Formats: sequence, C-alpha cells, structure tokens
Amino acid sequence: MLKQCEGSHAVAEAVALCRPQVICAYPITPQTHIVEGVGEMVKSGALAGCEFINVESEFAALSVAIGASAAGARTYTATSSQGLLFMAEAVYNAAGLGLPIVMTIGNRAIGAPINIWNDHSDSMSMRDAGWIQIFAETNQEAVDLHIQGFRLAEELSCPVMVCVDGFLLTHAYERVDVPTQAQVDAFLPPFEPRQVLDPAEPVTIGAMVGPEAFTEVRYLAHHKQLRALSLIPQLSAAFKTQFGRDSGGLIRPYRTADAETIVVALGSVNGTVQEVVDEMRAEGSKIGSVGICSFRPFPLTALRDALQHAKRVVVLEKCLAVGLGGIVSDGVRKALSGIQLKGYTVIAGLGGRAITRASLKQLFADAGTDELEQVTFLDLNADVVAHELERESRARRTGPTAEAILRRLGTVGSRIG
Amino acid sequence: MNPPKTRPGASVTPMQAVKFYQTGTFTVGNRLLAEDERSVQANMQRTNSLNSGHRACQGCGEALGARYAIDAAMRAADNKLIAVNATGCLEVFSTPYPETSWQIPWIHSLFGNAAAVASGVAAAMRMKGRHDVRVVAQGGDGGTTDIGFGCLSGMFERNDDVLYICYDNEAYMNTGVQRSSATPPAARTATTMAVGREPGNVFGTGKNVPLIAMAHHIPYVATASVANLRDLEFKVTKAMGIHGARYIHIHVPCPLGWGSLPEDTIKVARMAVESGLFPLIEAEHGELTGRTTIRRKVPVEDYLSLQKRFAHLFGKTPDTARLTQIQAIADRNIRTFGLLPE
Amino acid sequence: MFQVRIHGRGGQGVVSGAELLSVAAFLEGRHAQAVPSFGSERMGAPVMAFCRIDDKEIRLREPVMEPDALIIQDPTLLHQVDLFKGLHASGYILINSTRSFEELGLGEFTRDFQRYRLCSVPGTEIALKHVGRAVPNVPLLGGFAAITGQVKLDSVVAAIREKFPHAIAEKNVAAAAEAFDIVSRSREAHHA
Repeated sequence: MLKQCEGSHAVAEAVALCRPQVICAYPITPQTHIVEGVGEMVKSGALAGCEFINVESEFAALSVAIGASAAGARTYTATSSQGLLFMAEAVYNAAGLGLPIVMTIGNRAIGAPINIWNDHSDSMSMRDAGWIQIFAETNQEAVDLHIQGFRLAEELSCPVMVCVDGFLLTHAYERVDVPTQAQVDAFLPPFEPRQVLDPAEPVTIGAMVGPEAFTEVRYLAHHKQLRALSLIPQLSAAFKTQFGRDSGGLIRPYRTADAETIVVALGSVNGTVQEVVDEMRAEGSKIGSVGICSFRPFPLTALRDALQHAKRVVVLEKCLAVGLGGIVSDGVRKALSGIQLKGYTVIAGLGGRAITRASLKQLFADAGTDELEQVTFLDLNADVVAHELERESRARRTGPTAEAILRRLGTVGSRIG
Repeated sequence: MNPPKTRPGASVTPMQAVKFYQTGTFTVGNRLLAEDERSVQANMQRTNSLNSGHRACQGCGEALGARYAIDAAMRAADNKLIAVNATGCLEVFSTPYPETSWQIPWIHSLFGNAAAVASGVAAAMRMKGRHDVRVVAQGGDGGTTDIGFGCLSGMFERNDDVLYICYDNEAYMNTGVQRSSATPPAARTATTMAVGREPGNVFGTGKNVPLIAMAHHIPYVATASVANLRDLEFKVTKAMGIHGARYIHIHVPCPLGWGSLPEDTIKVARMAVESGLFPLIEAEHGELTGRTTIRRKVPVEDYLSLQKRFAHLFGKTPDTARLTQIQAIADRNIRTFGLLPE
Repeated sequence: MFQVRIHGRGGQGVVSGAELLSVAAFLEGRHAQAVPSFGSERMGAPVMAFCRIDDKEIRLREPVMEPDALIIQDPTLLHQVDLFKGLHASGYILINSTRSFEELGLGEFTRDFQRYRLCSVPGTEIALKHVGRAVPNVPLLGGFAAITGQVKLDSVVAAIREKFPHAIAEKNVAAAAEAFDIVSRSREAHHA
C-alpha cells in the first residue's frame, strides 16, 4: 500500500511485517524513531507475538538479541554511531556465533567531535566483524532490504546490518509502498535455526576455540560471506518476482554502458549523483554511476564487470580511513586489480555536510578532464584549515581544535548548505 | 526444640533444655528425609549438569558451587533449563574445545553481558510459548560486580525472569588473580600487591552486590556458601519457585588465587561464614527475610590465616591495625544482619 | 520539480509543516519529499525544512539550494539569517506577518519579483484564533496552496485530517481555509 511517511516509520512497519519475536532497543539519534515505532506497535497490540525490551545500553541491546536469537527467536535491534561502537564486542560475537540478527544502522558520524548527522563511519567501523552490510538508496529500498535481510540472515545463519542514511532517509518523508502481511509471509518463511538452545536437545554454544581450530572456524565465516555474493542477487530476483520492483542486489549500475567516467557511491547520495549524471549526459558527457548496495560481502567481480571499460572511476565516500584516505576506494581498487584506469577518491558528506548537485557537477567535470587530485575532500574549507595549521604551529597551548574552528566559522545554525 | 512435658505430680525443678547440634548437613542422612529435602547430589538420576572431566583446579570452590546450584535448578525446573555463562573461570574450565562438561543447553555470552543475554533467552522462551523453560545466568565476581554491572542492573530493573548466580572468588582469577570490586580489604592480588604503606587491597573500596540487588527490590536475593551446600541447594530451589529477577551470590574459595590448600576449600568457606565476614542472608523485595546464625563465632584470624593472600598480615610482627579493621567489618556484619543468636 | 524551503524557529512546526505539505502532494498522486534540517534541537533556534514536489520519483537529496518558494514562519529571522539565498526573482515568498513586505523592509529587495507571488499572511494570529496555539505552519500551508497552486486546499485539508485527531483537525482546517482565503484575495488584488 502506498504511503507518504517518515523513513523510520516505514522501516518500523517493514520490520513488524517480518514477524519478529524479540526486539530490544536503546535510543540514539537518528534511529530512535524506528524503535519507537515498533515499540508502539507492540504495546498497542498491532504487532503481536513480539516482546519489546527497553534495555540500558546498546551493549545490552545486542546482548539481549544474541540470547533471544540463540534461543530460536527472530530478533531485531537498531543503533547508530556511538551505539554501534558501544556494542562492538557483541557485534563480533553475534557474527562469530552465526546468529541471524537483523540490525538497522541509522548511519551517523562517530565522534570525537561528537556529531549527530549522517555519514558512513559507523557501519565502516564494523565492516570486518563478519556481518552482511547492505545499504539502502531510498526509503523504499530501506523497507525492502529489511524484508530481504531477515531471509538472507536466516538462510545463511549470519547477522545482517541494513544501513540507512541518518536524517536524509530516516527522517525524510517520502512515498513508500509498504507490502501486505500476505506478501511478506510468502517471501519470508518462519525462522528455522541452525543451532538453538533447547532443553530437549542440549548443545553448548560459544566454546573457546584454540589455535587448532580457530582458523577453520574463521575460514567458514569468510566462506559464508562469499556464498552471500550469489544469494543476495538471488533474493533480489525473488523479491522482484514477489513484490514487483527492483531492490537490493549487489550493485546498481546507472548509464554505465558507454561511460568513460563512472562514479561509485553508497546509500542515498546515489540519487543526487544520478540527477547530475542525467544533467551531464544531456550536455554530452559520457558519465555513469554505480551504487554499491552490498558492501559486505564486497562485490569484487560485479564491480569489475561494471567498471573495467571506463577511463576513470570516482569513488565518492562518506567515510575516511584516517591516515590513508578512502575505505570504499580500497575495495574498488582491489576489484580493478590489474586494470589500468584512473581512480579518484572523494571524501564527501562527512558529519552530515551537504553534498550538492553543483559541487558534484564541478567535481565530475574536473574528473573528466583529469584535473582531480588522488584524494579530494569535497568542499573543504581550505582557509579554515590553513588558519588552524598556522595557529598550531605558532603556539603549544592552542586549545581544542574543533572549538577553535567553530569559533572561526561563526554562527552556523542557519546555514543552508 | 521444646523441653519435654513434665509428668503430672512431678517436682517442679528447673529443666535444662537439651540442645541438639546440627553439623552442617543432616547427620541423620538423606534416607530419613523427605524426597524433596534430600540433596540432589545424592540422587543417582541427578542431571550432572556440570559433568566430570572439566579442567577446574583441585579444590575449586566454583566448580563445586556450580554443580550443586545447577543440578538443584534443573531439578526445580523439571530439567528444562537454559544456562548463560559469562566469560571467566567457570566458562573456561567447563568448555575446553572440543569438549564441554555441560549436559544442558548452555551459551557463553561475553564478559559483561550474561544478564542481558539471559534476558534475551527468557524473552524468546516467552514468545515461543515455552513458559516451562527457565533461565539461569552465571558469572564470576568480575563479570558480575564490575564489567557486568550495567547489564545486571538492567535485568534487575526490568524484573526479567532470570536467576543470576554470581560465583564470588573475590578477584579476576582466570586472568591471573587481579583485583575486582569484590576483593576484600587487605587481600593481595596481582594488582594490589602486598607492598608499600597499604599492602594488599585498600580499605574503603568495594561493592556489596547482594545489598545492591536488594535495593532493586527484586523478588529474591540470597547469599550462599560452599560451606553449606544444603543451604545453597535450598536457596536455589526456593529461587526457582519464584518468577522475576532473582540473585544468588555464592562465596567460592579459590585455592590458587587465595593461596589456600585445595583440601581446605570448604573449611575456609566455613571460616568466612563463622567469622561474620560472609553473612548468609535472604531477602525478598528489598527486605531481609532470613539469615543463618553463626554457630560458633571465630575470630577473623582463623579465616585469614588459612590464606596466603593475607600472609602479610601475619608473621613476626602481625598487622594488628588491619586485623582489627577486618574484625570490625565482621562485627558490623554480625550486628547489621543479626548473625549471632540473642 | 517544485522546491520549497521553510524557515522558522524551533517549536513553530516548521518540520511538520513540510511533512504535511508532502502528504498533501502525495494525496494528489504526486511524488513529494520532505526533509528537516537538524541543528541541535532547542526551542527558538532557527530551523529549516525542505519539501520537493514532482510528478516523477525525486532522487535529489541535497538541501533546497534554489527554492521555488520560501515560507518564512518567523519574520524575526529576516535580518538575521540569509533566508533568501538561492531564490530567484520568479520565486514565491510567503511570510508569516501582519505587516506588508514594505513594512518589513523587503520592498527594495523584492522590487523585481512578481507582486502576486509575494504575500504576508498573519499565520500566528489565525492559528491562535482557530486552534489556540501560536503555531503558524498550518495557516501558512493554506496560504501556500493559494499562492502557488502547487497543491489544492482540499489536499491540505485531507492531510490535516490524516494527521490530527478529529476536533483539533477541524480547527486546523478552519485555520488553513482562512489563510487560503486571505492569500487568494490578496493575490487577486495584485493580479488586477
């Protein structure tokens, strides 16, 4: 059914349709509206057969999820940023144990400096924990990926993170087609665990594994993610058959067939990128884009196929490998191993800085004429940076960097872009 | 015991009440007790939830306490119990991959979240309509009083239907005997060495988690000791008859960490109880409902001198000041909980 | 695509105004996107919200840099914040005020604008009258419908009825309708 609603609300409805049995929640901006939504549904009885537990920390949230999932219940939670870090130990634990928990990440920057706005640093911080990480481009896709996510998690016995841009998607009102219960039931069967705590058939879960077997256990986890590379497209195809629309999959190429410049990005910024691609195509540029939906497992082969014919690839990322440059770029570079083409890393949108059509158009134009640096920070205020560096070189006791910069920038509350 | 009635017409001389002494376990033996009062361990059909073959040290108080506690819980739960275990000695020595000593469904959580994981298991059981399956969480003092404290308090506050059992050997033993907030004053550990002006763990620090549990007003809180295994079984059984958040704190000597002899484990535990340093109490919804009185009070030295971790208090020049402080703690416990009969 | 930027202060319903507008457009079968621009939330701080309306799927995710219409819910922002950034002379401006553009000191600035696309409407007063709360967003939506024609008043009314419980909804409907009337008449006056 078509609705005009907030992204978080749509996600909450999608999760409810998946018949979860245990949901645990700890509030953190910007995912709060999601868990509030589900919480209300449980309390009012709209979502039956589900227990909603208010826990005392994110660490507790994922811990409760681990217990519930190990005991055979379909389990869900959500977090962002600092919260994801606070549950980091449990994140690795859930993946290592192979528990099919689905968790929404309302993507938000990680501090310090503390920042509540959108970027991908939180999901990236846990990229190697063994969870599947899929990124939604729109709120419709956010809805769809949760439904696909539960099936993916349970078929593989692997937890899944559905990454949804904080504020840009979670708090955006857009048109969404929320499926019916019958449609979801036809797609998502009841949870049949591979391992379960059951007095009738006792098992020990969570043994200590030493050097003699650790490698094999870890190899199997890696192998599982590699299997996901085929399962994810299969589920996307099955989803299309059941629900009638394209959603999920590994990557989404846009006008790449004869493109000389291809832009690669994750999440909602792909929408803006496609608008710019259309504008530049109309002006004669041979440009296209690829949205990566499955970041883990990383789609090396699919990316290679999509990118190899281009002259240059611009990876636009909302995250930063401090001291190195790009994170997504590393994966893209690996996908293009052995192929000679120009690769550019653009760090953009950190801490919620707007990525504008105008900036992107200039950026892509510069890339087209190969006038771009290897690593660019989009819309970096060079004056502010220069000033701060100079200040720090003059004295020792320069005070907190962030505060100094904010003072220099002045009132920002009403800035538009 | 009431004195026997006088025969009619007999002279009214003062009768001396006869005292019958109990010696820890019922000396009359299991066979003269009702079925449900007998020790689980006396039953050939006991579940042996923590089976033999685990790798605990000789004389490990925790292995003993866990075996008694979980078997009692299993009996009370009609053998339908799921156990969640924090990282620690118990978890490590009971599951040396590829073996496991657990005969029941068991999951190792993480260090700080046994209470939360157990809450999740309990929720799953409820949602699956398995109201017959009960949940127990286990952790050492480190995993309970320190790193697990947040999750523990959360579980208490929500009144989740979990019995949390803390095996308190008063330090992080599995990692090499480091101090925890359960480490008693003056005790030597690897991070509170017996050197300097204040040798051993400093006075004025530490947490009393049973009292904190009581402050949450949960349905049942109890302390127990491997010195009185029947009392331990009784308390576990009683707790299993209640729904909601329950907490049992068991004192379990660690010969290795305490520097006591493996064969002295139960004796040391008894000295702790009889000196007043480890009170045996019960509470419901925040109010004290029971305590075991001390049969034969012993000075704290009798307890401390059995353990090398307190050796620096003894020797040619005993540290009378600190011994006096420790005695004061014991005496205060006795006063507070009424541990001596009037 | 028609882009709207709403400026106001925290507590004035700027964000829910954008959301209501997007629902109104949706009810007409169009695509709409409403996004808040968050600052640290506190009553009285300048806030912004954006709304885009189009007949096809809206892919753009940037803030509204070049608004087709501006709704200014709090005139005290006028000389504090660069509210008009990106607005062209063909744009619509709706200001919540009892004073005219000239009286607000905007006469010179809007000299090259289309007169009938500019309007002051006493949103706060209308809201107080009908709803009893000084939250001007709903009347301003009624005014927006009148001045731009991007959504019909009926759609705004339907959106209001979806969001609020019956009694409050009807009060808001009345407020929106009154603002719609005022703005329609003023627009006709300018056209004539």
